[in-house]
Amino acid sequence: MKRVTRTLRRFWPLYLMFLPGVVYLFINCYIPMFGIQIAFRRYNAKDGVYGSPWVGFENFKFLFQTDDAFIMVRNTLLYNLVFIALGTVLAISVAIILNEIRNQFAKQLYQTLILIPYLISMVIVSYLAFAFLSTGNGYINNTLLKVLGIPAIDWYNTPKYWPFILVLINVWKGLGYNMILYYATICGIDHTLYEAAVVDGANRWQQITNVTLPCLKSTIIILTLMSLGGIFRSDFGLFYQVPQNSGPLINVTQTIDTYVYRGLMQSNNIGMSSAAGLYQSVVGFILVVTANLVVRKVDAESSLF
Amino acid sequence: MMVDNKKGFQIFANVLMTFLAICALAPFILLIMSSITDEQALIMNGYSFWPSKFSLYSYRYLLTKSSAVARGYVISAVVTVIGTVCHLLLTTLYAYPLSRHELPGRNVFAFYLFFTMLFSGGLVPAYLMWTQTFHIRNTIFALLIPGLMMNGFNVIMMRTYFTSNIPDAIVEAARVDGANEFTILFGIVMPMAMPIVATISLLVGLAYWNDWMNGLYYLNDNSMYSIQVLLMKIQRNLDQLRQQAQSGGNVQIADMPSTSIRMALTVMGILPIMVIYPFLQKYFVKGIAIGAVKG
Repeated sequence: MKRVTRTLRRFWPLYLMFLPGVVYLFINCYIPMFGIQIAFRRYNAKDGVYGSPWVGFENFKFLFQTDDAFIMVRNTLLYNLVFIALGTVLAISVAIILNEIRNQFAKQLYQTLILIPYLISMVIVSYLAFAFLSTGNGYINNTLLKVLGIPAIDWYNTPKYWPFILVLINVWKGLGYNMILYYATICGIDHTLYEAAVVDGANRWQQITNVTLPCLKSTIIILTLMSLGGIFRSDFGLFYQVPQNSGPLINVTQTIDTYVYRGLMQSNNIGMSSAAGLYQSVVGFILVVTANLVVRKVDAESSLF
Repeated sequence: MMVDNKKGFQIFANVLMTFLAICALAPFILLIMSSITDEQALIMNGYSFWPSKFSLYSYRYLLTKSSAVARGYVISAVVTVIGTVCHLLLTTLYAYPLSRHELPGRNVFAFYLFFTMLFSGGLVPAYLMWTQTFHIRNTIFALLIPGLMMNGFNVIMMRTYFTSNIPDAIVEAARVDGANEFTILFGIVMPMAMPIVATISLLVGLAYWNDWMNGLYYLNDNSMYSIQVLLMKIQRNLDQLRQQAQSGGNVQIADMPSTSIRMALTVMGILPIMVIYPFLQKYFVKGIAIGAVKG
Protein backbone atom coordinates (compact mmCIF):
# COMPACT_ATOMS: atom_id res chain seq x y z
CA MET A 1 0.00 0.00 0.00
CA LYS A 2 2.78 2.34 0.98
CA ARG A 3 4.63 1.42 -2.19
CA VAL A 4 1.60 2.25 -4.31
CA THR A 5 1.29 5.68 -2.68
CA ARG A 6 4.97 6.32 -3.18
CA THR A 7 4.79 5.30 -6.85
CA LEU A 8 1.76 7.51 -7.39
CA ARG A 9 3.34 10.47 -5.63
CA ARG A 10 6.41 10.21 -7.78
CA PHE A 11 4.82 9.33 -11.12
CA TRP A 12 1.34 10.88 -11.08
CA PRO A 13 2.09 13.43 -13.82
CA LEU A 14 3.13 10.62 -16.15
CA TYR A 15 -0.02 8.64 -15.39
CA LEU A 16 -2.06 11.80 -15.91
CA MET A 17 -0.58 12.11 -19.42
CA PHE A 18 -2.09 8.74 -20.34
CA LEU A 19 -5.56 9.93 -19.40
CA PRO A 20 -6.71 11.69 -22.62
CA GLY A 21 -5.52 8.80 -24.76
CA VAL A 22 -7.08 6.23 -22.46
CA VAL A 23 -10.42 8.03 -22.63
CA TYR A 24 -10.30 8.44 -26.41
CA LEU A 25 -9.37 4.82 -27.04
CA PHE A 26 -12.03 3.68 -24.60
CA ILE A 27 -14.74 5.53 -26.50
CA ASN A 28 -13.46 5.08 -30.03
CA CYS A 29 -12.29 1.48 -29.77
CA TYR A 30 -13.37 -0.32 -26.60
CA ILE A 31 -17.06 0.63 -26.43
CA PRO A 32 -17.59 -0.61 -30.02
CA MET A 33 -15.82 -3.84 -29.02
CA PHE A 34 -18.44 -4.39 -26.32
CA GLY A 35 -21.13 -3.31 -28.76
CA ILE A 36 -20.19 -6.18 -31.04
CA GLN A 37 -22.69 -8.28 -29.07
CA ILE A 38 -25.49 -6.91 -31.26
CA ALA A 39 -24.44 -9.60 -33.73
CA PHE A 40 -26.08 -12.02 -31.29
CA ARG A 41 -29.22 -9.92 -30.76
CA ARG A 42 -32.25 -9.04 -32.86
CA TYR A 43 -31.61 -5.32 -32.95
CA ASN A 44 -34.40 -2.80 -32.57
CA ALA A 45 -33.88 0.91 -32.10
CA LYS A 46 -36.14 1.13 -29.05
CA ASP A 47 -34.16 -1.33 -26.90
CA GLY A 48 -30.78 -0.35 -28.33
CA VAL A 49 -27.52 -2.28 -28.52
CA TYR A 50 -27.62 -3.59 -24.96
CA GLY A 51 -31.37 -4.23 -24.58
CA SER A 52 -32.49 -5.96 -27.78
CA PRO A 53 -33.43 -9.65 -27.33
CA TRP A 54 -30.73 -12.31 -27.63
CA VAL A 55 -31.06 -14.65 -30.62
CA GLY A 56 -27.83 -16.65 -30.39
CA PHE A 57 -26.31 -17.42 -33.76
CA GLU A 58 -29.44 -16.66 -35.79
CA ASN A 59 -27.88 -13.71 -37.65
CA PHE A 60 -24.89 -15.80 -38.62
CA LYS A 61 -27.14 -18.65 -39.78
CA PHE A 62 -29.05 -16.28 -42.05
CA LEU A 63 -25.85 -14.66 -43.29
CA PHE A 64 -24.13 -17.88 -44.26
CA GLN A 65 -27.26 -19.20 -45.96
CA THR A 66 -27.02 -16.41 -48.51
CA ASP A 67 -24.70 -16.28 -51.52
CA ASP A 68 -23.53 -12.89 -50.26
CA ALA A 69 -21.34 -14.45 -47.59
CA PHE A 70 -19.40 -16.51 -50.10
CA ILE A 71 -19.13 -13.72 -52.67
CA MET A 72 -17.89 -11.04 -50.30
CA VAL A 73 -15.28 -13.28 -48.66
CA ARG A 74 -14.13 -14.58 -52.05
CA ASN A 75 -13.77 -11.06 -53.43
CA THR A 76 -12.02 -9.72 -50.35
CA LEU A 77 -9.48 -12.54 -50.27
CA LEU A 78 -8.79 -12.77 -54.00
CA TYR A 79 -8.42 -9.04 -54.56
CA ASN A 80 -6.09 -8.77 -51.59
CA LEU A 81 -3.95 -11.67 -52.77
CA VAL A 82 -3.57 -10.13 -56.21
CA PHE A 83 -2.89 -6.69 -54.72
CA ILE A 84 -0.20 -8.10 -52.44
CA ALA A 85 1.50 -10.27 -55.09
CA LEU A 86 1.42 -7.74 -57.91
CA GLY A 87 2.05 -4.77 -55.65
CA THR A 88 5.13 -6.36 -54.10
CA VAL A 89 6.71 -7.53 -57.35
CA LEU A 90 6.16 -4.18 -59.07
CA ALA A 91 7.29 -2.16 -56.06
CA ILE A 92 10.54 -4.11 -55.76
CA SER A 93 11.27 -3.94 -59.50
CA VAL A 94 10.66 -0.21 -59.64
CA ALA A 95 12.67 0.40 -56.46
CA ILE A 96 15.65 -1.50 -57.89
CA ILE A 97 15.49 0.35 -61.21
CA LEU A 98 15.10 3.71 -59.48
CA ASN A 99 18.15 2.95 -57.37
CA GLU A 100 20.22 2.28 -60.50
CA ILE A 101 19.53 5.71 -61.96
CA ARG A 102 22.60 7.96 -61.78
CA ASN A 103 21.07 11.37 -62.27
CA GLN A 104 20.13 12.45 -58.74
CA PHE A 105 17.71 15.10 -59.91
CA ALA A 106 15.82 12.68 -62.16
CA LYS A 107 15.74 10.09 -59.39
CA GLN A 108 14.16 12.55 -56.99
CA LEU A 109 11.68 13.71 -59.63
CA TYR A 110 10.50 10.18 -60.49
CA GLN A 111 10.01 9.35 -56.83
CA THR A 112 8.06 12.56 -56.25
CA LEU A 113 5.78 12.06 -59.24
CA ILE A 114 5.04 8.37 -58.67
CA LEU A 115 3.96 9.08 -55.09
CA ILE A 116 1.32 11.64 -56.11
CA PRO A 117 -1.58 9.18 -56.57
CA TYR A 118 -1.03 7.99 -53.00
CA LEU A 119 -1.86 11.47 -51.70
CA ILE A 120 -5.40 11.76 -52.98
CA SER A 121 -8.64 10.39 -51.59
CA MET A 122 -10.66 7.60 -53.17
CA VAL A 123 -13.42 10.09 -53.93
CA ILE A 124 -11.02 11.96 -56.20
CA VAL A 125 -9.88 8.65 -57.68
CA SER A 126 -13.47 7.84 -58.51
CA TYR A 127 -13.76 11.11 -60.47
CA LEU A 128 -10.52 10.36 -62.30
CA ALA A 129 -11.72 6.85 -63.14
CA PHE A 130 -15.02 8.28 -64.38
CA ALA A 131 -13.19 10.66 -66.74
CA PHE A 132 -11.72 7.60 -68.44
CA LEU A 133 -14.63 5.19 -68.13
CA SER A 134 -17.77 7.30 -68.53
CA THR A 135 -19.90 5.66 -71.19
CA GLY A 136 -21.06 8.85 -72.86
CA ASN A 137 -17.97 11.04 -72.90
CA GLY A 138 -15.16 9.11 -71.16
CA TYR A 139 -11.70 9.26 -72.65
CA ILE A 140 -11.51 5.54 -73.41
CA ASN A 141 -14.85 5.24 -75.22
CA ASN A 142 -14.61 8.59 -76.94
CA THR A 143 -11.01 8.68 -78.00
CA LEU A 144 -9.09 5.43 -77.59
CA LEU A 145 -11.75 2.99 -78.74
CA LYS A 146 -12.89 5.35 -81.51
CA VAL A 147 -9.39 5.47 -82.93
CA LEU A 148 -9.18 1.69 -82.80
CA GLY A 149 -12.64 1.36 -84.33
CA ILE A 150 -14.01 -0.62 -81.37
CA PRO A 151 -17.61 0.09 -80.31
CA ALA A 152 -18.11 1.89 -77.00
CA ILE A 153 -18.23 -0.21 -73.84
CA ASP A 154 -20.72 0.37 -71.07
CA TRP A 155 -18.04 0.13 -68.36
CA TYR A 156 -20.21 0.72 -65.30
CA ASN A 157 -22.60 -2.06 -66.29
CA THR A 158 -20.12 -4.70 -67.41
CA PRO A 159 -18.74 -6.73 -64.51
CA LYS A 160 -16.08 -8.67 -66.43
CA TYR A 161 -13.73 -5.67 -66.76
CA TRP A 162 -13.82 -4.62 -63.14
CA PRO A 163 -11.37 -7.07 -61.60
CA PHE A 164 -8.75 -5.61 -63.97
CA ILE A 165 -9.85 -2.02 -63.44
CA LEU A 166 -9.74 -2.34 -59.64
CA VAL A 167 -6.33 -4.04 -59.68
CA LEU A 168 -5.01 -1.36 -62.05
CA ILE A 169 -6.30 1.45 -59.84
CA ASN A 170 -4.91 -0.18 -56.72
CA VAL A 171 -1.48 -0.57 -58.32
CA TRP A 172 -1.58 2.97 -59.70
CA LYS A 173 -2.45 4.44 -56.31
CA GLY A 174 -0.16 2.27 -54.17
CA LEU A 175 2.96 1.87 -56.30
CA GLY A 176 4.73 5.00 -55.04
CA TYR A 177 4.05 4.12 -51.43
CA ASN A 178 5.14 0.48 -51.74
CA MET A 179 8.16 1.43 -53.78
CA ILE A 180 9.40 3.80 -51.07
CA LEU A 181 9.21 1.02 -48.47
CA TYR A 182 11.61 -1.13 -50.48
CA TYR A 183 13.68 1.75 -51.78
CA ALA A 184 14.43 2.82 -48.20
CA THR A 185 15.84 -0.64 -47.50
CA ILE A 186 17.85 -0.70 -50.72
CA CYS A 187 19.41 2.68 -49.85
CA GLY A 188 20.50 1.19 -46.54
CA ILE A 189 22.42 -1.69 -48.10
CA ASP A 190 26.14 -1.60 -47.31
CA HIS A 191 28.04 -0.34 -50.38
CA THR A 192 31.02 -2.56 -49.72
CA LEU A 193 28.82 -5.55 -50.63
CA TYR A 194 28.43 -4.18 -54.16
CA GLU A 195 32.13 -3.35 -54.37
CA ALA A 196 32.99 -6.89 -53.35
CA ALA A 197 30.59 -8.23 -55.99
CA VAL A 198 32.18 -6.06 -58.66
CA VAL A 199 35.64 -7.31 -57.64
CA ASP A 200 34.29 -10.85 -58.05
CA GLY A 201 33.25 -9.90 -61.58
CA ALA A 202 29.50 -9.65 -61.04
CA ASN A 203 27.59 -7.72 -63.68
CA ARG A 204 24.65 -5.45 -62.90
CA TRP A 205 22.08 -8.24 -63.07
CA GLN A 206 24.19 -10.52 -60.87
CA GLN A 207 24.58 -7.69 -58.34
CA ILE A 208 20.80 -7.42 -58.16
CA THR A 209 20.15 -11.13 -57.73
CA ASN A 210 23.10 -11.78 -55.40
CA VAL A 211 23.23 -8.63 -53.29
CA THR A 212 20.07 -6.50 -53.54
CA LEU A 213 17.42 -9.21 -53.39
CA PRO A 214 19.00 -11.18 -50.51
CA CYS A 215 19.31 -7.92 -48.54
CA LEU A 216 15.64 -7.19 -49.20
CA LYS A 217 14.52 -10.63 -48.09
CA SER A 218 13.52 -9.83 -44.53
CA THR A 219 11.76 -6.60 -45.56
CA ILE A 220 9.81 -8.53 -48.19
CA ILE A 221 8.84 -11.21 -45.70
CA ILE A 222 7.80 -8.73 -43.02
CA LEU A 223 5.78 -6.45 -45.28
CA THR A 224 4.08 -9.40 -46.98
CA LEU A 225 3.18 -10.98 -43.65
CA MET A 226 1.80 -7.67 -42.40
CA SER A 227 -0.30 -7.39 -45.56
CA LEU A 228 -1.51 -10.96 -45.17
CA GLY A 229 -2.59 -10.01 -41.65
CA GLY A 230 -4.95 -7.47 -43.23
CA ILE A 231 -6.24 -9.75 -45.96
CA PHE A 232 -9.77 -9.78 -44.51
CA ARG A 233 -10.05 -6.01 -44.75
CA SER A 234 -10.63 -3.97 -47.87
CA ASP A 235 -10.50 -0.36 -48.96
CA PHE A 236 -14.15 0.69 -48.83
CA GLY A 237 -13.57 3.63 -51.18
CA LEU A 238 -12.01 1.47 -53.87
CA PHE A 239 -14.83 -1.06 -53.91
CA TYR A 240 -17.78 1.24 -53.28
CA GLN A 241 -16.96 4.76 -54.47
CA VAL A 242 -14.88 3.95 -57.54
CA PRO A 243 -17.50 1.62 -59.14
CA GLN A 244 -20.07 4.26 -58.15
CA ASN A 245 -22.16 1.76 -56.19
CA SER A 246 -23.29 0.31 -59.50
CA GLY A 247 -25.75 -2.55 -59.01
CA PRO A 248 -24.76 -4.77 -61.96
CA LEU A 249 -21.16 -4.79 -60.70
CA ILE A 250 -21.95 -6.05 -57.20
CA ASN A 251 -20.81 -9.58 -57.92
CA VAL A 252 -17.24 -8.43 -58.53
CA THR A 253 -17.12 -5.38 -56.25
CA GLN A 254 -18.80 -6.61 -53.07
CA THR A 255 -16.30 -7.02 -50.22
CA ILE A 256 -16.92 -7.52 -46.52
CA ASP A 257 -16.65 -3.78 -45.87
CA THR A 258 -19.11 -2.79 -48.59
CA TYR A 259 -21.52 -5.50 -47.43
CA VAL A 260 -21.43 -4.23 -43.85
CA TYR A 261 -22.02 -0.67 -45.04
CA ARG A 262 -24.86 -1.60 -47.37
CA GLY A 263 -26.51 -3.72 -44.68
CA LEU A 264 -26.29 -0.90 -42.16
CA MET A 265 -27.18 2.14 -44.27
CA GLN A 266 -29.15 0.89 -47.25
CA SER A 267 -31.00 -2.36 -46.64
CA ASN A 268 -31.30 -1.67 -42.91
CA ASN A 269 -30.31 -5.24 -42.14
CA ILE A 270 -28.37 -4.59 -38.95
CA GLY A 271 -28.40 -8.23 -37.87
CA MET A 272 -26.61 -9.64 -40.88
CA SER A 273 -24.45 -6.56 -41.25
CA SER A 274 -23.16 -6.83 -37.69
CA ALA A 275 -22.69 -10.59 -38.06
CA ALA A 276 -20.50 -9.98 -41.12
CA GLY A 277 -18.64 -7.29 -39.19
CA LEU A 278 -17.98 -9.58 -36.24
CA TYR A 279 -16.85 -12.34 -38.60
CA GLN A 280 -14.40 -9.88 -40.18
CA SER A 281 -13.14 -8.67 -36.79
CA VAL A 282 -12.55 -12.15 -35.38
CA VAL A 283 -10.85 -13.62 -38.45
CA GLY A 284 -8.91 -10.36 -38.86
CA PHE A 285 -7.75 -10.58 -35.25
CA ILE A 286 -6.53 -14.15 -35.70
CA LEU A 287 -4.72 -13.21 -38.93
CA VAL A 288 -3.03 -10.13 -37.46
CA VAL A 289 -1.88 -11.96 -34.35
CA THR A 290 -0.58 -14.90 -36.40
CA ALA A 291 1.19 -12.58 -38.81
CA ASN A 292 2.89 -10.76 -35.95
CA LEU A 293 3.91 -13.99 -34.25
CA VAL A 294 5.60 -15.11 -37.46
CA VAL A 295 7.15 -11.66 -37.99
CA ARG A 296 8.58 -11.84 -34.48
CA LYS A 297 10.40 -15.03 -35.50
CA VAL A 298 11.89 -13.25 -38.52
CA ASP A 299 12.74 -9.95 -36.87
CA ALA A 300 11.64 -9.19 -33.34
CA GLU A 301 12.10 -5.43 -33.86
CA SER A 302 9.39 -5.25 -36.52
CA SER A 303 6.70 -7.12 -34.63
CA LEU A 304 3.89 -5.25 -32.91
CA PHE A 305 4.33 -7.20 -29.69
CA MET B 1 31.57 -2.48 -74.38
CA MET B 2 31.15 -2.19 -70.64
CA VAL B 3 30.51 1.54 -70.93
CA ASP B 4 27.97 1.09 -73.71
CA ASN B 5 26.13 -1.45 -71.65
CA LYS B 6 25.89 0.92 -68.73
CA LYS B 7 24.68 3.71 -70.94
CA GLY B 8 22.08 1.45 -72.48
CA PHE B 9 20.81 0.49 -69.07
CA GLN B 10 20.61 4.11 -67.94
CA ILE B 11 18.51 4.95 -70.98
CA PHE B 12 16.25 1.97 -70.40
CA ALA B 13 15.82 2.85 -66.72
CA ASN B 14 15.05 6.49 -67.46
CA VAL B 15 12.58 5.65 -70.19
CA LEU B 16 10.79 3.20 -67.93
CA MET B 17 10.63 5.60 -64.99
CA THR B 18 9.45 8.40 -67.26
CA PHE B 19 6.69 6.13 -68.52
CA LEU B 20 5.62 5.32 -64.94
CA ALA B 21 5.70 8.99 -63.98
CA ILE B 22 3.50 9.83 -66.98
CA CYS B 23 1.07 7.06 -65.99
CA ALA B 24 0.93 8.50 -62.48
CA LEU B 25 0.21 11.98 -63.80
CA ALA B 26 -1.98 11.34 -66.84
CA PRO B 27 -5.30 11.13 -64.98
CA PHE B 28 -4.58 14.45 -63.28
CA ILE B 29 -3.79 16.11 -66.60
CA LEU B 30 -7.03 14.77 -68.05
CA LEU B 31 -8.83 16.12 -65.01
CA ILE B 32 -7.31 19.59 -65.22
CA MET B 33 -7.87 19.79 -68.97
CA SER B 34 -11.51 18.78 -68.58
CA SER B 35 -12.00 21.42 -65.91
CA ILE B 36 -10.99 24.15 -68.37
CA THR B 37 -12.95 22.73 -71.30
CA ASP B 38 -16.01 24.45 -72.63
CA GLU B 39 -19.05 22.44 -71.58
CA GLN B 40 -20.40 22.09 -75.12
CA ALA B 41 -17.02 20.81 -76.32
CA LEU B 42 -17.03 18.34 -73.44
CA ILE B 43 -20.44 17.03 -74.39
CA MET B 44 -19.46 16.78 -78.06
CA ASN B 45 -15.97 15.30 -77.80
CA GLY B 46 -15.86 13.89 -74.29
CA TYR B 47 -12.97 14.23 -71.85
CA SER B 48 -9.77 14.95 -73.69
CA PHE B 49 -6.15 15.82 -73.04
CA TRP B 50 -6.33 18.78 -75.41
CA PRO B 51 -9.74 20.45 -75.44
CA SER B 52 -11.11 21.81 -78.70
CA LYS B 53 -12.40 24.83 -76.84
CA PHE B 54 -11.14 26.25 -73.55
CA SER B 55 -13.29 27.94 -70.96
CA LEU B 56 -12.70 29.07 -67.41
CA TYR B 57 -16.41 29.31 -66.79
CA SER B 58 -16.53 26.47 -64.25
CA TYR B 59 -13.91 28.08 -62.02
CA ARG B 60 -15.63 31.44 -62.28
CA TYR B 61 -18.88 29.75 -61.41
CA LEU B 62 -17.44 27.88 -58.42
CA LEU B 63 -15.69 30.92 -57.03
CA THR B 64 -18.51 33.42 -57.45
CA LYS B 65 -21.86 31.68 -57.71
CA SER B 66 -21.52 28.79 -55.31
CA SER B 67 -21.10 29.17 -51.58
CA ALA B 68 -20.62 25.41 -51.17
CA VAL B 69 -16.99 25.49 -52.29
CA ALA B 70 -15.87 28.31 -50.04
CA ARG B 71 -17.68 26.74 -47.11
CA GLY B 72 -16.21 23.35 -47.95
CA TYR B 73 -12.73 24.80 -47.98
CA VAL B 74 -13.23 26.48 -44.62
CA ILE B 75 -14.61 23.31 -43.05
CA SER B 76 -11.83 21.16 -44.52
CA ALA B 77 -9.19 23.59 -43.28
CA VAL B 78 -10.67 23.91 -39.80
CA VAL B 79 -11.09 20.16 -39.43
CA THR B 80 -7.58 19.47 -40.73
CA VAL B 81 -5.93 21.98 -38.39
CA ILE B 82 -7.90 21.17 -35.24
CA GLY B 83 -7.81 17.45 -35.95
CA THR B 84 -4.07 17.39 -36.51
CA VAL B 85 -3.35 19.41 -33.37
CA CYS B 86 -5.57 17.16 -31.23
CA HIS B 87 -4.08 14.04 -32.78
CA LEU B 88 -0.56 15.25 -32.06
CA LEU B 89 -1.45 16.17 -28.51
CA LEU B 90 -3.06 12.80 -27.78
CA THR B 91 -0.17 10.97 -29.46
CA THR B 92 2.57 12.86 -27.63
CA LEU B 93 0.90 12.62 -24.25
CA TYR B 94 0.55 8.86 -24.67
CA ALA B 95 3.94 8.22 -26.27
CA TYR B 96 6.05 10.11 -23.74
CA PRO B 97 5.14 8.16 -20.59
CA LEU B 98 5.37 4.94 -22.64
CA SER B 99 8.98 5.86 -23.38
CA ARG B 100 9.88 6.36 -19.68
CA HIS B 101 11.18 2.91 -18.84
CA GLU B 102 11.28 3.61 -15.10
CA LEU B 103 7.49 4.04 -15.03
CA PRO B 104 5.80 1.11 -13.26
CA GLY B 105 2.84 -0.39 -15.10
CA ARG B 106 3.61 1.16 -18.46
CA ASN B 107 3.19 -2.27 -20.08
CA VAL B 108 -0.48 -2.21 -19.12
CA PHE B 109 -0.90 1.03 -21.05
CA ALA B 110 1.13 -0.35 -23.94
CA PHE B 111 -1.16 -3.36 -24.15
CA TYR B 112 -4.25 -1.15 -23.88
CA LEU B 113 -2.96 0.63 -26.99
CA PHE B 114 -1.79 -2.47 -28.89
CA PHE B 115 -5.07 -4.24 -28.49
CA THR B 116 -6.88 -1.50 -30.41
CA MET B 117 -4.54 -2.22 -33.34
CA LEU B 118 -5.32 -5.92 -33.30
CA PHE B 119 -9.06 -6.02 -32.77
CA SER B 120 -11.85 -3.69 -33.78
CA GLY B 121 -15.55 -3.61 -33.10
CA GLY B 122 -16.21 -2.71 -36.70
CA LEU B 123 -18.55 -0.22 -38.28
CA VAL B 124 -21.95 -1.24 -36.92
CA PRO B 125 -21.39 -0.83 -33.16
CA ALA B 126 -19.27 2.29 -33.73
CA TYR B 127 -21.96 3.83 -35.91
CA LEU B 128 -24.70 3.08 -33.40
CA MET B 129 -22.62 4.48 -30.55
CA TRP B 130 -21.68 7.74 -32.30
CA THR B 131 -25.20 8.40 -33.52
CA GLN B 132 -27.28 7.21 -30.57
CA THR B 133 -25.10 7.78 -27.51
CA PHE B 134 -23.10 10.80 -28.61
CA HIS B 135 -25.55 12.29 -31.16
CA ILE B 136 -22.68 13.25 -33.38
CA ARG B 137 -24.70 13.42 -36.57
CA ASN B 138 -24.42 16.69 -38.51
CA THR B 139 -21.98 18.28 -36.10
CA ILE B 140 -18.39 19.29 -36.75
CA PHE B 141 -17.36 16.56 -34.28
CA ALA B 142 -18.47 13.95 -36.82
CA LEU B 143 -15.57 14.99 -39.05
CA LEU B 144 -13.09 15.33 -36.20
CA ILE B 145 -13.52 12.55 -33.70
CA PRO B 146 -14.50 9.10 -35.02
CA GLY B 147 -11.46 7.02 -35.87
CA LEU B 148 -9.03 9.76 -36.81
CA MET B 149 -7.91 11.39 -33.59
CA MET B 150 -5.45 8.77 -32.37
CA ASN B 151 -3.74 5.87 -34.00
CA GLY B 152 -1.61 3.17 -32.44
CA PHE B 153 1.00 3.21 -35.19
CA ASN B 154 1.72 6.89 -34.72
CA VAL B 155 2.02 6.51 -30.95
CA ILE B 156 4.51 3.68 -31.40
CA MET B 157 6.42 5.67 -34.00
CA MET B 158 6.72 8.57 -31.61
CA ARG B 159 7.60 6.43 -28.61
CA THR B 160 10.35 4.74 -30.65
CA TYR B 161 11.68 8.17 -31.58
CA PHE B 162 11.67 9.28 -27.93
CA THR B 163 13.46 6.17 -26.69
CA SER B 164 16.14 6.22 -29.38
CA ASN B 165 16.76 9.95 -29.77
CA ILE B 166 16.19 11.59 -26.40
CA PRO B 167 19.01 10.74 -23.95
CA ASP B 168 17.81 9.77 -20.48
CA ALA B 169 20.49 12.02 -19.02
CA ILE B 170 18.75 15.14 -20.33
CA VAL B 171 15.42 14.15 -18.80
CA GLU B 172 17.15 13.24 -15.54
CA ALA B 173 19.04 16.52 -15.43
CA ALA B 174 15.85 18.50 -15.95
CA ARG B 175 14.19 16.53 -13.17
CA VAL B 176 17.06 17.24 -10.80
CA ASP B 177 16.67 20.92 -11.66
CA GLY B 178 13.11 20.64 -10.41
CA ALA B 179 11.25 20.71 -13.74
CA ASN B 180 7.94 18.87 -13.67
CA GLU B 181 7.05 16.22 -16.24
CA PHE B 182 4.90 18.52 -18.36
CA THR B 183 7.67 21.10 -18.58
CA ILE B 184 10.12 18.36 -19.50
CA LEU B 185 7.82 17.02 -22.24
CA PHE B 186 6.79 20.30 -23.83
CA GLY B 187 9.90 22.35 -23.04
CA ILE B 188 12.70 19.86 -23.64
CA VAL B 189 11.59 16.63 -25.30
CA MET B 190 9.19 18.05 -27.91
CA PRO B 191 11.66 20.59 -29.35
CA MET B 192 14.13 17.74 -29.77
CA ALA B 193 11.50 15.60 -31.50
CA MET B 194 10.52 18.05 -34.24
CA PRO B 195 11.41 15.73 -37.16
CA ILE B 196 8.96 13.07 -36.01
CA VAL B 197 6.34 15.70 -35.08
CA ALA B 198 6.59 17.13 -38.62
CA THR B 199 6.31 13.70 -40.19
CA ILE B 200 3.30 12.61 -38.14
CA SER B 201 1.59 15.98 -38.64
CA LEU B 202 1.84 15.61 -42.40
CA LEU B 203 0.43 12.11 -42.48
CA VAL B 204 -2.37 13.01 -40.08
CA GLY B 205 -3.12 16.28 -41.85
CA LEU B 206 -3.39 14.41 -45.13
CA ALA B 207 -5.73 11.86 -43.53
CA TYR B 208 -8.01 14.60 -42.21
CA TRP B 209 -7.99 16.57 -45.45
CA ASN B 210 -8.79 13.45 -47.49
CA ASP B 211 -11.38 11.95 -45.17
CA TRP B 212 -14.86 11.55 -46.57
CA MET B 213 -16.01 8.38 -44.82
CA ASN B 214 -17.02 10.11 -41.59
CA GLY B 215 -19.05 12.45 -43.79
CA LEU B 216 -20.61 9.45 -45.49
CA TYR B 217 -21.66 7.93 -42.18
CA TYR B 218 -22.60 10.92 -40.10
CA LEU B 219 -23.48 13.91 -42.30
CA ASN B 220 -26.52 14.72 -44.35
CA ASP B 221 -26.79 18.44 -43.68
CA ASN B 222 -24.99 20.18 -46.52
CA SER B 223 -23.92 23.12 -44.37
CA MET B 224 -21.37 20.79 -42.73
CA TYR B 225 -19.78 19.33 -45.88
CA SER B 226 -16.01 19.52 -46.21
CA ILE B 227 -14.65 19.64 -49.75
CA GLN B 228 -14.15 15.85 -49.91
CA VAL B 229 -17.57 15.15 -48.46
CA LEU B 230 -19.05 17.60 -50.94
CA LEU B 231 -17.39 15.74 -53.82
CA MET B 232 -18.60 12.43 -52.49
CA LYS B 233 -22.16 13.68 -52.07
CA ILE B 234 -22.17 15.25 -55.54
CA GLN B 235 -21.23 11.97 -57.06
CA ARG B 236 -24.26 10.54 -55.32
CA ASN B 237 -26.49 13.35 -56.28
CA LEU B 238 -25.34 15.05 -59.41
CA ASP B 239 -28.22 17.44 -59.20
CA GLN B 240 -27.05 19.07 -56.02
CA LEU B 241 -25.20 22.03 -57.51
CA ARG B 242 -28.10 22.57 -59.85
CA GLN B 243 -30.44 22.85 -56.89
CA GLN B 244 -28.16 25.36 -55.24
CA ALA B 245 -28.13 27.46 -58.36
CA GLN B 246 -31.88 27.19 -58.38
CA SER B 247 -32.24 28.48 -54.86
CA GLY B 248 -29.62 31.14 -55.59
CA GLY B 249 -31.67 32.08 -58.61
CA ASN B 250 -28.79 33.60 -60.55
CA VAL B 251 -28.08 30.80 -62.95
CA GLN B 252 -30.38 29.13 -65.41
CA ILE B 253 -30.38 25.39 -64.96
CA ALA B 254 -29.99 24.79 -68.66
CA ASP B 255 -26.65 26.53 -69.04
CA MET B 256 -24.98 24.90 -66.03
CA PRO B 257 -21.86 23.08 -67.24
CA SER B 258 -22.15 20.29 -64.77
CA THR B 259 -19.33 18.01 -65.97
CA SER B 260 -16.62 20.63 -66.14
CA ILE B 261 -17.84 22.10 -62.85
CA ARG B 262 -17.41 18.72 -61.24
CA MET B 263 -13.93 18.48 -62.68
CA ALA B 264 -13.07 21.98 -61.49
CA LEU B 265 -14.33 21.09 -58.04
CA THR B 266 -12.18 17.95 -58.04
CA VAL B 267 -9.16 20.04 -59.00
CA MET B 268 -9.92 22.30 -56.05
CA GLY B 269 -10.10 19.25 -53.78
CA ILE B 270 -6.51 18.26 -54.60
CA LEU B 271 -5.10 21.75 -55.12
CA PRO B 272 -3.88 22.36 -51.54
CA ILE B 273 -2.12 18.98 -51.49
CA MET B 274 -0.46 19.62 -54.83
CA VAL B 275 0.66 23.07 -53.72
CA ILE B 276 2.36 21.99 -50.51
CA TYR B 277 3.54 18.55 -51.61
CA PRO B 278 6.66 19.60 -53.57
CA PHE B 279 7.97 21.47 -50.54
CA LEU B 280 7.29 18.74 -48.02
CA GLN B 281 7.92 15.73 -50.26
CA LYS B 282 10.99 14.75 -48.21
CA TYR B 283 8.93 14.44 -45.02
CA PHE B 284 6.23 12.38 -46.71
CA VAL B 285 8.83 9.95 -47.97
CA LYS B 286 10.49 9.75 -44.57
CA GLY B 287 7.16 9.24 -42.85
CA ILE B 288 6.26 6.36 -45.12
CA ALA B 289 9.67 4.75 -44.80
CA ILE B 290 9.82 4.74 -40.97
CA GLY B 291 6.09 4.34 -40.47
CA ALA B 292 5.84 1.06 -42.29
CA VAL B 293 9.01 -0.69 -41.31
CA LYS B 294 8.99 0.39 -37.70
CA GLY B 295 5.20 0.28 -37.34
